[in-house]
Amino acid sequence: MEPILTINNLTKKFGYLTAVSDLSFTINKGNVYGILGPNGSGKSTTLGIVLNVVNKTSGDFKWFDGSITTHDALKKVGAIIENPNFYPYMSGYDNLKLVCRIKGVDFSKIDGKLEIVGLTERKNSKFSNYSLGMKQRLAIASALLNDPMILILDEPTNGLDPQGIHQIRQIIKDIANQGTTILLASHLLDEVEKVCTHVVVLRKGVKLYSGRVDEMISSYGFFELKTDKKDELLSILEKDETFGKIKVADGLITAFLNEPMEAATFNKLMFEKGITLSHLVKRKESLEEQFLQLTDNN
Amino acid sequence: MVRLLQLELQKLLLNRTSKVLIFISFVLPFTVLILSSIKINFFGFFTLELGELGIYNFPIIWHITTFFASQFKFFFAIVVVSMIGNEYSNKTIKQNLIDGLSKKEFILSKFYTIVFFSLVATILLFLISLFIGLYYSSYTEINIIFRETEYLLGYFLKLVGFFSFCLFLGMLAKRSAFALAFLFVDYILEWIIFGLITWKGSYELAEKIQNFFPLKSMYNLIKQPVQRIVMSKFPDKTEIAYDYALHWYELVIVMGWTAIFVFLSYRLLKKRDL
Repeated sequence: MEPILTINNLTKKFGYLTAVSDLSFTINKGNVYGILGPNGSGKSTTLGIVLNVVNKTSGDFKWFDGSITTHDALKKVGAIIENPNFYPYMSGYDNLKLVCRIKGVDFSKIDGKLEIVGLTERKNSKFSNYSLGMKQRLAIASALLNDPMILILDEPTNGLDPQGIHQIRQIIKDIANQGTTILLASHLLDEVEKVCTHVVVLRKGVKLYSGRVDEMISSYGFFELKTDKKDELLSILEKDETFGKIKVADGLITAFLNEPMEAATFNKLMFEKGITLSHLVKRKESLEEQFLQLTDNN
Repeated sequence: MVRLLQLELQKLLLNRTSKVLIFISFVLPFTVLILSSIKINFFGFFTLELGELGIYNFPIIWHITTFFASQFKFFFAIVVVSMIGNEYSNKTIKQNLIDGLSKKEFILSKFYTIVFFSLVATILLFLISLFIGLYYSSYTEINIIFRETEYLLGYFLKLVGFFSFCLFLGMLAKRSAFALAFLFVDYILEWIIFGLITWKGSYELAEKIQNFFPLKSMYNLIKQPVQRIVMSKFPDKTEIAYDYALHWYELVIVMGWTAIFVFLSYRLLKKRDL
């Protein structure tokens, strides 16, 4: 796999506060990455460092194979940080022209990108007259101007209304489907769950997990069960090594698996023991449950 | 270099406020110069013709027009501090860097713009002074016309130095108004230090040291010409004679300050977390 961004032992201190602590991870080509973490966990600081606006305290990072300077590498990157920052007195089109000049991209790219985010009709309006959703979409158009190798988005749906959020997510999905690598920082779990394949979880500047979203917790999932013969079922479950923790709430039994088991196998097993189940669902923890579990345990 | 200049010019020329200020800083001094060279008749009571005072004679005209025009540098100084202040208040400096502009390029694009506008102002001043001079001057021999054109060099370096100072103050304060306040504070400070040295030491020593201060050294490039005009009218009054010439070391001091200010602006940006 081709690495796009490699971070090694990166640390950032603001006075006494350690915003990012000894962080290492690698972003490979073609995946959609999420950086998850509560507010103040160091997501934006990490992105700030690799984007050349925040100075690191120690550690290092390299873009691509490390052969070009950070600011030249950034010309192949598209990034939006928190709020869209543009010149309020210029039109959307002129703002993109300026970005083209910085990145060394031909002006002819502008119209196509405005089309993707649906701003063609308003391209000559001043940026200061745009709604927040339009500003955010202009920011995405600007990040796409150079057909970037990687798109970095920091809280792209912050402060948007449901329609705006939906529009932005749709655009992100479309871009991801075209094979562009995406790095998405967010504290919104369902946002990450919906679009990301890989995730890095941060808390107080420390990395708690990095890897595939579905392998975040070494868990085989759990069964939700209902039956008339509740006591018999519980005694069987408690004796069985396959099951770990067992919870009972409102007549619903939740049994966590210690090793893989299919729902059909379990059903057959119960039937053989003379227990008929009126409710059987096999589930995995949602990202939110996994995330809370991760951030609580550590 | 052209790319960085284009970048900054787009930022400036699409902004109405800076466009107006740039217009004023160019048009105002030159209009006043041209108007002053025209014979003005005050309703038949008397006619005012500055040209007859001999101030538009070569070579003194170079001294007078550069001194006069440099008084208007403050308008463009506002443009310079606001081109930094706006980048901070709109947070576009952050976006510029994220888009792939290096911190060095950011400072250079501002500096190139300063040099560009100073150069345009100098060329315009050269052309206008030349025309006025050719019209009024009693002497129009080539070697007299181009004598003392070093004042144009002084004017150019004075502008570049002064605006570089503004650039540094803008980077330091991040806000236009504070940057201009700092400029004023430095002006007062230079005189306070001058006063202190005069008090503790001597006037001569104080003057020598003051000549190294940023604002004073920039002033030294074009010293006031009024005394010189008086001198030319009364050549026998030797007590008002003074050194109005432009010396090479004065140019070097201002170039030194310019380099220091541009370098410090870069250092400041490099160290800063945005």
